[in-house]
Amino acid sequence: MHIVDGALAGEVVAGGAIVAVGGLALGLRGLDLERIPAAGLLSATFFTASLIHVPLGPSSVHLIMNGLAGLVLGWAAFPALFVGLLLQAVFFGFGGVTVLGVNTVAIALPAVLVGLAARPLVRQLAPSHAALAGGLAGGGAIAGTAVLVATALALSGEAFVPAAKLVLVAHVPVMIVEAGVCAAAVLLIRKVKPELFATPPTPAVETARA
Amino acid sequence: MAHGDAARRPLERLAGASPVAALDPRTRILAAVGWAVVVVGLSSLAVLATAVVIALAAARAAALPARPTATKVVTMDGFVVALLVMLPFTTPGAPVAALPARPTATKVVTMDGFVVALLVMLPFTTPGAPVAALGPLTASAEGVHLALAIALKANAVVLMLLAMVGTLEPATLGHALRRLAVPAGLIHLMLFTVRYIAVLGEEATRLRTAMRARAFAPRTDRHTLATYGYLVGMLLVRAAERAERVLDAMRCRGFDGRLVALTSFRFARADAVAAAGAGLVLGLLVTAEIVLVRSA
Repeated sequence: MHIVDGALAGEVVAGGAIVAVGGLALGLRGLDLERIPAAGLLSATFFTASLIHVPLGPSSVHLIMNGLAGLVLGWAAFPALFVGLLLQAVFFGFGGVTVLGVNTVAIALPAVLVGLAARPLVRQLAPSHAALAGGLAGGGAIAGTAVLVATALALSGEAFVPAAKLVLVAHVPVMIVEAGVCAAAVLLIRKVKPELFATPPTPAVETARA
Repeated sequence: MAHGDAARRPLERLAGASPVAALDPRTRILAAVGWAVVVVGLSSLAVLATAVVIALAAARAAALPARPTATKVVTMDGFVVALLVMLPFTTPGAPVAALPARPTATKVVTMDGFVVALLVMLPFTTPGAPVAALGPLTASAEGVHLALAIALKANAVVLMLLAMVGTLEPATLGHALRRLAVPAGLIHLMLFTVRYIAVLGEEATRLRTAMRARAFAPRTDRHTLATYGYLVGMLLVRAAERAERVLDAMRCRGFDGRLVALTSFRFARADAVAAAGAGLVLGLLVTAEIVLVRSA
């Protein structure tokens, strides 16, 4: 998932950085002081979830959960997922410096779009149907990520086109895994704490304080 | 993604006192970013190899512990290994059947670096002068050059990043970024995230221990996906509840959104020297690149 430094064309890297800065600005706009602690905790949760590996045949994939992040955080998913990627790059060496923009856009943009599109469904439908919508959102976000990564590669030169196609194919099993996990997570949240899907990113603070 | 636990441990506790540790964090961040921008723009393999050597020297100057750093770099680019594995195939006479598509594809899915596959494929997908054939595939000199260049760039940048920035305390990184005019909201978000990754990691470990105690063994099936979904959902619910308590506690203490820095930064003579040195090294790399590319 993490593209490394030096692989993409300069124009693609610059474009990714510009879109990422725009997305960050939009995401931060709604994050006032009241909401930052909740957003930080949720960002840390998604970081933790990305360390969970799901067996897939003889190997395994790790969770990304960007669709769920979009459902819970809305636009704030952009800075939240950016922070995760920044920390991974700086402290684990995953990804790189100049490609941080492209990587952020690839993960966070589909998260936000899917979140905005599916949140009304996830909030209003009966839990079992909400879970279905959540599954579609989880799988859809990964599909969006795959398309964006493939596009970034394909735009970087003809030599990268086969790799771009491989990216699309390789994401299909990831998509299925994420859809299943996201559906179950939505089902649980709807039953236990449905306020999480209300106004992001910290509905819990205003409501249901027992 | 087959990263081991060693790759996940931050380096800052492992790295000891060093010349790099004495520098202002802002100097280190700017040096790493400047380095990345310049190195990514290079194309000569000789210059890029020099850049990797310089990055290794920086890692040494930062007193990076060799073993965990190597683990990080190797996990980042399993592709270097893949390149070495591929070399036999690019020489004439290698058995074509030795590259089975299915296990290769599974590995690619696993490694989270599609970069692995990218670099392995590049020699064959770049048009140019053929150097070797693999069944119907032909490796081109240009493709080999491109794959090597990407591998060198990625390593040079990540090594320098780990040496200069990866050795900072996460909180110090946040404060330094704030002084470099990164929006306060983003810094707060980052500091909260850093603070709670450890807490939630423990929570996740507890939940998974509970799952194991109930004889849960992950498999490729619906039950596993649902179980992990409930795990993630439960983590989110608990995080949201914790956030309420955290915000209440912060209000109690009169938090008003200002970032109070407990550390003060000072741009000292050592920083001026380091900045000048970094500028000189980058200038030399660019000059060498220009000279070599023009002569080529």
